[in-house]
Amino acid sequence: MELYKLTAHELKDKLTTKEVSAVEVAEAIYTRIDAVEDKVQAFISLTKENALAQARRVDEKLKANEELPALAGIPGALKDNICVEGTKTTCGSQILANFVPPYNATVTEKLNAQQTVLVGKANMDEFAMGSSTENSSFKVSRNPWDTDTVPGGSSGGSAAAVAAGQAVWALGSDTGGSIRLPAAYCGVVGLKPTYGRVSRYGLVAYASSLDQIGPITRDVTDCALVMNAIAGYDHRDSTSINAPVPDYTQALVPDIRGMKIGLPKEYFVAGMDPDVEKAVYAAIEQLKALGAEYKEVSMPHTEYALATYYMVATAEASSNLARYVGVGFGQREKGEDLISMATQTRTQGFGAEVRRRIMLGNYALSSGYYDAYYLKALKVRTLIKRDFDKAFEDVDVLVAPIAPTTAFKIGEKINDPLAMYLQDVCTVPVNLAGVPAISLPCGFKGHMPIGLQIIGKPLGESDVLKAAYTFEQNNDYYKRLAPLGGA
Amino acid sequence: MKITRKDVETVAFLSRLAMDEAEMDKFTGQLNAILEYVDMLNKVDTEGVEPTDHILNLKNVMRADEAKPSLARELALKNAPEQEDGYFKVPKILEG
Amino acid sequence: MAYEVVIGLEVHTELKTQSKIFCGCSTKFGAEQNTNVCPVCLGLPGVLPVFNAKVLEFAVRTGLALNCEILPFSKFDRKNYYYPDLPKNFQTSQYDLPIAVNGYLDIEVNGKTRRIGITRVHMEEDAGKLVHAGTINKSDYALVDYNRTGVPLLEIVSEPDLRSPEEAKAYLEKIKAILQYVDVSDCKMEEGSLRCDANISLRPEGQTKFGTKSEIKNLNSFKAVQKGLEYEVYRQTEILEEGGRVIQETRSWDDGRGVTLSMRNKEQAEDYRYFPEPDLVPIVVDPDWVEEVRKNLPELPDARKARLMKDYGLSDYDAGSITASRAMAEYYDVAVASGAEAKAAANWLMGEVSRLLNNSGQLIETCPVTPEKLAGLISLLDKGTITNKIAKTVLENMWSSGKDADTVVKEEGLVQISNEGEIVAIVERILAANPQSVADFKAGKERAIGFLVGQVMKETKGRANPEVVNKLLKEHM
Repeated sequence: MELYKLTAHELKDKLTTKEVSAVEVAEAIYTRIDAVEDKVQAFISLTKENALAQARRVDEKLKANEELPALAGIPGALKDNICVEGTKTTCGSQILANFVPPYNATVTEKLNAQQTVLVGKANMDEFAMGSSTENSSFKVSRNPWDTDTVPGGSSGGSAAAVAAGQAVWALGSDTGGSIRLPAAYCGVVGLKPTYGRVSRYGLVAYASSLDQIGPITRDVTDCALVMNAIAGYDHRDSTSINAPVPDYTQALVPDIRGMKIGLPKEYFVAGMDPDVEKAVYAAIEQLKALGAEYKEVSMPHTEYALATYYMVATAEASSNLARYVGVGFGQREKGEDLISMATQTRTQGFGAEVRRRIMLGNYALSSGYYDAYYLKALKVRTLIKRDFDKAFEDVDVLVAPIAPTTAFKIGEKINDPLAMYLQDVCTVPVNLAGVPAISLPCGFKGHMPIGLQIIGKPLGESDVLKAAYTFEQNNDYYKRLAPLGGA
Repeated sequence: MKITRKDVETVAFLSRLAMDEAEMDKFTGQLNAILEYVDMLNKVDTEGVEPTDHILNLKNVMRADEAKPSLARELALKNAPEQEDGYFKVPKILEG
Repeated sequence: MAYEVVIGLEVHTELKTQSKIFCGCSTKFGAEQNTNVCPVCLGLPGVLPVFNAKVLEFAVRTGLALNCEILPFSKFDRKNYYYPDLPKNFQTSQYDLPIAVNGYLDIEVNGKTRRIGITRVHMEEDAGKLVHAGTINKSDYALVDYNRTGVPLLEIVSEPDLRSPEEAKAYLEKIKAILQYVDVSDCKMEEGSLRCDANISLRPEGQTKFGTKSEIKNLNSFKAVQKGLEYEVYRQTEILEEGGRVIQETRSWDDGRGVTLSMRNKEQAEDYRYFPEPDLVPIVVDPDWVEEVRKNLPELPDARKARLMKDYGLSDYDAGSITASRAMAEYYDVAVASGAEAKAAANWLMGEVSRLLNNSGQLIETCPVTPEKLAGLISLLDKGTITNKIAKTVLENMWSSGKDADTVVKEEGLVQISNEGEIVAIVERILAANPQSVADFKAGKERAIGFLVGQVMKETKGRANPEVVNKLLKEHM
């Protein structure tokens, strides 16, 4: 049995029965990384020493028959925009190439309390801006199903690592689809929680009103386990929801009889790959056959979501990224005076996509354009949210595609920003509305996975997990492993 | 044209970004394409619609006024590109 | 042509909370550079702000004391501009929905009371401090200290209702008094906990349209407010008289040279790109709570002054001076409550005590003679135990020794001598030694007795009761 192929819950059983040790598991993961990382390029940095030390501590506790949390000793990866005290956190950007945070993100603290083993920091589009992970300052990650294609983004390193067996689980962040899109492209499970369900403290901000940390795992059960570990109120995040966290594993029941599912027809946009559309409709048929009550719903403002998203997200980003001027932290370029130093630092430190979004955001906020762009977008955001509120009066979850296509070729869209943005057309409405949504495999086009999106009500993660679990257990997509092939 | 080269220059300054002629042309073109797409928002009737700047209906999230220990200065300065005598050091500032 | 001066002030005051506005770092002034800092106020990647409840309370208290309306729904916004004292390169402030609006306060200049409108009071974070080697434009580099970054500030913006530099100064003094009364700020201008910028313009008398204004920065003392604005009135008058045009610009007051200097034109001013702070949620104040804060407001300067005039018969001037600072007013009240006669207490406080404070460069807050002890001194004087002249000596002794009046008088043997038997011998001796004065007095020169009294007092080291001395001298001549 190759340990890297196992899920967290399978490994937990083996650790508990002492069939394997945490050190053996960690070493198996690093062996796998050594074997495939050249092809996958999932990591920006590895933290092997700390990981093995942590695994040894877990083993000591196992030896003493201590009861351990579900993820104790289970190796995982963090997207490199999540702060780990004393460990380089680059956000995929040259400008933070040597940034070592003096503090932990709240999720990092929670995972440390779980005694998880942190394998390394995963590659990402610079500052989480992108849909392919091609915008990383350091490397282009590859899709383990076809290494000539992108893993999706921006949490491409996290999804690729999980799909390739280089991490059992990973955390990503999702601002406009950045967990769900790579999860779909890489054939794994990714959940964007309700805005405010997981603390953002220590997540390097892209767009504050949209960002949310969530799990990327190999199956829905692991997704629930990671959610149990990271969800909950945090007094350090003013936008954190102060509501009890259910045990998400309670939702892992393969039975959706009586659950009302809706299909928003507007999600089947022009340019949608017919095979993707077919797979999503087939999934809905299957859920109906399993006892779900089906209803077609209308969400008329869906087509405006992407434009809204690009105004809101870039406006917030332009301000969030203003701090990278080479003064208190980060890379500094030489300059005669302060302004030229800051300008040089930013011009050389940021990649093209980040610069483009900063420009767009500053334009949307600048005097004379604020009302026409930013304020207009905030108003349309209200209408988009109302679409969801209305839909959820009739249904428990919405089912939709994740992206119009399967993973595309590396380089294919890099020179056409708008075409790249269009990959997010089915995922951004969810962030604008702040609701939870999962991506899980629902078929293949050729050898490439297709993602199914299940969207829930605010704090409706349990409904989402239940529907996803039922679908997963009635199919075997989750049992397939990425072949790591390519040209 | 939604955004002129002059606009792009102004926004580049607001963004503290420099660009050469070729890049300026490229950015102008790309930003125009995006803004033309965004213009679809003008089709939406938002008369009387309140803007949503927070998706959650949270209010009054506050902490008690208690002083907590600060960071050790070495740690505060550890990521500084340049420092001197316990200060962050920056190049000279030219006032407008 | 005669011009009318139009001034509006923007006052920034640091609030005396324990911790900063969005993090738990201490707000203490004077700590070593970059020691009151944490990831949040350093603006490190990934951090988030959490609002300090005390700041809201202080802001509401201030708003109410300035007769403002407290907005039921208020929020924070980001003001985006680049400056190295601002680690995030945006300042979290309030833009279109500040905590308090539409207030006023009354000032009195040359016996005339005028009502000055308060446009708004808003909450924001302070920036850090820059240290330049030499002057800002000549230095090769600057050093940054982030200790002050995130210290809570209130910005109080007045309407353009002030009509002279004197009024501006009186307004600022009144703001300071009110902030001290409601106990939200130390208001130490020398430490920067009270700062002032001004907008000033001139217009021909009778014209309703405002002239072009200049914004004056760095008016960081009461004197600077008056001098800086006086200079600006002069400068703008000169321009207008010569047929020129005032340009809208930001100018800085140079205290040393006594002039304002151009900093930057408003035309090329930063575009602040304000937008709602996504990391902080709105503030919705409960009207009941606001009423409770209102009920618990302390007595404010105007009310206190009126009370002192009514209850104690103090003059407008004395009551105004005593209540100009909360500490002084409180000192006065304690002295009176401890038994000091009200008018005498006012005289001593405005006279000798203030003189000694000035001489030693101390504030009433740290006055070495407590109000209770001052009351003790005044009652000794009242009872005739000591003379007025001795009382001044006793106060000086109390000032340096910390002892109370009774003890000083006893230890130093300063009790007034009213016993005629004790004084009469001295009187006789003085009369014998000064026959010329006696002759003068008898010849009708009333003034001559003054000299003789002085001689007796000298002999008794000021302890003799002057009335008794007078009587005995007359009897024995």
